[in-house]
This record gives sequence, structure tokens and C-alpha cells, in this order.
Amino acid sequence: MIKPLISISEAGPGDAGRTGSWRVMRPILDTAVCIPSKRGKEACFTCWLYCPDGVISRTVPPTIDLEYCKGCGICAEECPAKAIKMVTESGEED
Amino acid sequence: MDIIESGNNAAALGVLRAKAQVIAAYPITPQTPLTEKLSEFVAAGEMQAEYIPVESEHSAMAVCIAASSTGARAFTATSANGLLYMHEQVCWAAGARLPLVMCVVNRGLGAPWTVWNDHQDSMTQRDTGWIQLYCNDHQQIIDTTIKAFHLAETVSIPVMVCFDGYLLSHTYMPFDLPEQDVVDEFLPSFKPAVYLDPKKPVSLNTVTMPESRLNIHGQQAGGYMEIRNSFQQDLRASLDCWQATDERYQKLTGRGGNPFIESYRTDDADTVAVALGSLSYQLRDVIDSLRAEGLKVGVASLGIYRPFPDDAVRQAFKNVKRLLVFEKALSLGYEGPLCTDLRAALSLMDKAPVIGNRIVGLGGREIETEQLAENLRQFCRADKPATAPSWIGLRDLGA
Amino acid sequence: MSTSILNLPTEEYIYPGNRACTGCGLGIAYRIGLKAFGPDTILVVPPSCLTVLQGLYPIAATKLPCLNVVFASTAAAATGVSAALRAMGREKTNVLAWAGDGGTSDIGIQALSGAAERGENIVYICYDNEAYMNTGVQRSGTTPKGALTTTTPIVGKLQQKKDVPSIMAAHGLSYVASCSAAYPLDLYDKLIKAQSLPGTKYIHIHTPCPSGWGFDSSQTVKLGKLAVESGMVELYEIENGYFRLTGASAQLSNTKDLVPVSEYIKRQSRFRALPAAELEAMQDTVNQRWREIAPCVETA
Repeated sequence: MIKPLISISEAGPGDAGRTGSWRVMRPILDTAVCIPSKRGKEACFTCWLYCPDGVISRTVPPTIDLEYCKGCGICAEECPAKAIKMVTESGEED
Repeated sequence: MDIIESGNNAAALGVLRAKAQVIAAYPITPQTPLTEKLSEFVAAGEMQAEYIPVESEHSAMAVCIAASSTGARAFTATSANGLLYMHEQVCWAAGARLPLVMCVVNRGLGAPWTVWNDHQDSMTQRDTGWIQLYCNDHQQIIDTTIKAFHLAETVSIPVMVCFDGYLLSHTYMPFDLPEQDVVDEFLPSFKPAVYLDPKKPVSLNTVTMPESRLNIHGQQAGGYMEIRNSFQQDLRASLDCWQATDERYQKLTGRGGNPFIESYRTDDADTVAVALGSLSYQLRDVIDSLRAEGLKVGVASLGIYRPFPDDAVRQAFKNVKRLLVFEKALSLGYEGPLCTDLRAALSLMDKAPVIGNRIVGLGGREIETEQLAENLRQFCRADKPATAPSWIGLRDLGA
Repeated sequence: MSTSILNLPTEEYIYPGNRACTGCGLGIAYRIGLKAFGPDTILVVPPSCLTVLQGLYPIAATKLPCLNVVFASTAAAATGVSAALRAMGREKTNVLAWAGDGGTSDIGIQALSGAAERGENIVYICYDNEAYMNTGVQRSGTTPKGALTTTTPIVGKLQQKKDVPSIMAAHGLSYVASCSAAYPLDLYDKLIKAQSLPGTKYIHIHTPCPSGWGFDSSQTVKLGKLAVESGMVELYEIENGYFRLTGASAQLSNTKDLVPVSEYIKRQSRFRALPAAELEAMQDTVNQRWREIAPCVETA
């Protein structure tokens, strides 16, 4: 029985490499303002919901995986507490 | 068990015996009775299969590709324009290395419309990577269909079983229907090497780069070209696998033994006629007549056309001085495709035979045995026989 | 009973570092949508942005078995998966087709209609970013009138957006839903409901695309919400023929509640060539439509 060589892909991160390198702006989360962080328990998690790449952890506080974060800014835009700010990769605020 | 049935029903019975699990087909003349018979088997509970009345041939092959990828034994059948409609998928199934079986009930291609027999339809698919087998009579239709599943699943390459529309599909002849337990022993249940399994999730046939890339284990996984190369190698290896499949079937049924070439009175022949399908049996009458006239002639047919059995062909014709290739197809703009392949394979011999080409029976044009005989007779006797293709049976339309 | 963010399953089925654009609306819909199905699912994906998001051989971004298929065949392939599962006694496994708007409303519509007519037990999701985005923004059947694309480059598309959910509803399906990537919880609930119903279930997801529509990647959700709040996109379900608005659309009971269409249109550079008269016509169409559907908020 011949076992064919076929195009078969296994799941893993980084198919496009380190997509963090795509960023022009990076998100910075302020734990003093972040709702679950302030309450010390699971709450809100709007940033986790809307991240298209799933790089925000559903933790208290949420953390952002900068290896893969593309810097879209949706989390900063949607955070109800305005706890996330987008700063340029060189550190200046937007 | 001896029965009398049509060629289409012989194929359907082969699929029944082979216990296909998913059947998807779209009606097209002259395949239609084949798919009707299968839907009858399923509806009557004689066959435990899913029968999907798809809305096009392209979808028929889509269902088969997906079903086979999920782990089920899948089958479809078509003809002519239906085969062309699914061409994209025919190529896909081969590249995906799926062990599908498809019966092609040979019919000519439009335009203009024809529903009658020639081989142009399966010939257009000869470069797709499917294994192509041709049947000469009803017994071969059922036997080859069953063997096709075994071969396909051994090499993970889809197999096309071709037989003449109307001449075989719609005529009734006696043949042996092998018993279910014999076929069960010949063909174990389908066990794919790779299939869609939520317990071991993989993505099949996604975009594949020109260059080799590393997989998640850090190993070189190859790119498109490695996959194609591997496919080509496996296709060539499938010639031996076809012979082994044929031998296995012969042990169980007593039938077979000519996986590559079936010959009639060729042992001492100077000139051999070559053809595919039922035409090769019609040519036996020609051979008998010409032998009675003292001409040392024989006829041979190829049971497998792709992969091309070039070693077997050189072996079979090593002592032959002339070959006349009768074809129901044309590589338009050049010559008959079988003729081209034979010329190429035999050119590697020290003393290659002189090869002539006759185009016959296109669009179901009646093939008169006497015309075949006259052509072969003249070819034997000519000093320098013409090698360019000429046509038999064209009507003179006047000025 | 609508699911909240905190009640969503936490398991993720996609890996980061994939090739989707920055701020991709499909990323949101796909990530949250898959949570509704779980690991016992087989995906069928034709050429589309999702093919690229999923990854190039030999790495896949999705932790589910996935069959990549040719463009016209999505629903037929899903049929084949479903048939094989039945033949093998594994009917419990979800069969989920996920195609773009081109692969659904144009080249894939024949196979989709065939599968729906046969009542194949599949969930078919069309994520509608309103053009052939994967190949560089060519117009599709669902491109809105007036939108600039690379094949409607100067005056924009002349024809109306094809209403695929209505076409699918005409097949008498048990479930047809219109959703938005900007409302992933509404989407999630509809996908949960769809799985419990028989035959073919059709889900249409309006999917904002920053690259193709011309807006900043941070605005994907905002823009998706504006589309719904202006009434241009309706969140609804048609369950066994019964039409009902859901979520944010159900709250727009009065045309006075609608945000002006211009608020949605002006934020996308693909509509920069839209004449004022056409914008007016758009507003009139939306108003007329909402006069009809605003009362449709009760369950059957």
C-alpha cells in the first residue's frame, strides 16, 4: 500500500511568521483602568472578544501577545473603559 | 453466477459487489441507466450506500472527493460533456491522491452535439493523473470495475474505467457475476491512510508554495514540485500494482492474466492491429479473414492506457514489423493519441515497427468490418505504408 | 436567552500569526463562530480570504479538520463529507462550510442551491465582505451598488447587491440567518440554534474589510455596527419561514432610530464616487424597507 505525499497541514501558530512585525502601532493596556483588572475578577473581556487574531488572553488582566499582534487597534477602539492606548512602535502616543 | 445483462448494468453490479459507500452521479447519455440501476439498488436496500442525486457533474466529483477524504469508498460515472464539466475536479482528485473509481461510458464530444460512441472524452483526460483502464466486453466491465477499487486503494490514485457507449453500455451479453464473498475476499474494506478526523485534525490541499517550507516539527515538508514528483513516481509504480491486482483477482475468479495487453493471434504476426475497447474484438473477425487469405496478422488491445505500459508494449511488439493503430479519437491538430504514444515508446527499440494510424467511428459512425479488413490488407501489402492518419468511413459529400 | 461574553466557550480554534489582514472582520467572525461548533467539526473551505487565513502548506491556522475544495463546489463538498459521515455511522460530527460572498452568490450558488434543495445536513456560512477580496477587490454579486472595486473602478458597481439570504429562504430551509462580524454574540447564538435544526442551514455574515472598503483597521467593529444601526444591514433569522429581527436590529423599531446611511457610507473610501442622488436613493430604500420590517420582532 502506497502512502502518498500530499498537501497536508498540521495546525500551529505563525503560518505567516512573526506577524508582530507587521505593526506600526502597538496596544498598551492600563491595568489601573481595565475593568476586570480593577475588579480583580473575570469581567468585560471586550478586547478578548473582538481581537481578530486571538492574541489577547482571557485573563485578569488581559495580556497581549506582541509576537503576533498586528496592531489593528480594534481593542483600543472597542474597550468600554478606554484602558488600551495605541502607541507607535517607537513609543510615541497616537 | 452466469447472467445476461447490459454493459451499464455490469458496471453497476461491479459497484454493488465492491460495496461503494457514497455514490454521486448526474444523468447523461449513455451513462444514465448505470446510475439509475445504482439508485435502484440503494432504494431497494440491496446496497448500503448514500446515493446523492447531485445537480451537476462538477458536484458529483465534489461529493466523491469530499466523501473519500472523509474516509468512505466513493464512486461516480459519466460521459463526454459531463466528464469535461468535471475536468477541474478530475485533476483535483488525482492531485489529492484519492482512490476514487469512475466509469466513463465513452461518448464523443460536442460541439457539435453527439450522443454516440467514440473515445474522445476519456482521451481528453489522459494527462490528469488518473489511471485509465479500457474494457473490451461486458465481463471485463464488471471485473475491471471491481479491480479498479482494489488498485485505487492500493496506490491512492483514482481510476477511470472506460467502456464504449451503446456498443457495450446498451447491449446485452452473458457474463459471470462474481459472488459477494469472493469479492469481499478480493477487496477488503476501505482503510485510508489520511482522512478528515476531528481526533487528528489536518487541513488538506491548501495553498502549496513553489519552495519547500518547514512544518510545525521543523522538518522540510517540500513544496508543490515534490508532491508532483512523488505522484509521478507512484503512477509509474502503479503499473506493477495493477499487475498484482489482476493476479489477485485471477486467483479468486480464474479470469484475467492480461493486465497490460490482450492479444489475439499475434505470436507469429508480422502486422498487428491495435485498438482500445470493443473495436479490438471486432477486429478479431478481420484477423480471422485475413489469416485465411494468408496474411500473418493479429490484433492487440491495451487494458491500461495511463500510466502508459511502455515496457509491456515494447515487449509485446518486439518482433512485429508493422502496427496499424485504429482509433476512435484524435489529438486534434496532430494524430491519434494512442498512435503517438506507441510511436514514442517503440522508437526506443532497435528495429521499431512501421506504424500507421486509422481514425474510425467518430460520433458513433458505423464501423464496417469489411472496411477495416480492406485497410489492414492494404497496409500489410504496401511497400511504403503511409504513416499519417487517414480516416475510414467518411462519406463523400460531392462537389 | 442571549450568550454574554463571559459565557462564551473559552477554547480557541485558531492560531495567531496567520495571514489575515490587520483588523480583518473575518478574523472576528471565524474565531467566535467556531466556538459554537466545538472540536467534533469538519470544515469545508473554497478559495477565499479564509483559505489564506487558514495557512499555506504545511502549517494550518485552524485546529479542526479542514477540506480545501475548488471554488464552485463548497456546498457539494460539504454534501460529500456529510454523506460519508452517514455511511460511516459518524453523523454527530458537524459539517461546516465556510465560503466568501463570491464563492456563495456567484460561482458557488449552483452547488449551494442543489444542496439546499436536497436538504443536506450542513451549516453553510457565507462571510460577505462584498467583493472578491482575496484576489484584490474585484466586484461580486453582493458588492453594494455604487461601490468602487478594481472591476468597477470609475463609477462603481451599477447593479444592486444580490440578496442571497432571501434566495436561500426561498428553498424552504429550516433556518436562514443574517448576522454581522461586529455582533459576534448574536452570530454565536444563531450558530448554536442552527445546529439543532434539520437540513441545510444558511448563515450570512456581513464582514467589514478594512483593506477592501477603505477604512482604518481599528474601525472594523465600529463600521460593522454603523451598517446595522443605519439599517443597511439587518440582523435577522428566518426559522421555518418565519422572519424575525434580532439583537441590535430588533431595537430599531422606528425609522427615526436609524442612523443616516451617509454616516456609514462616508467612512469608506470605496463609496467616494457615489453620487448624491444615489445616496438619497439608498436612504429611501432603507426607510421603505424598515417601514415593512420594523414590527417583525416577535418570536413565532
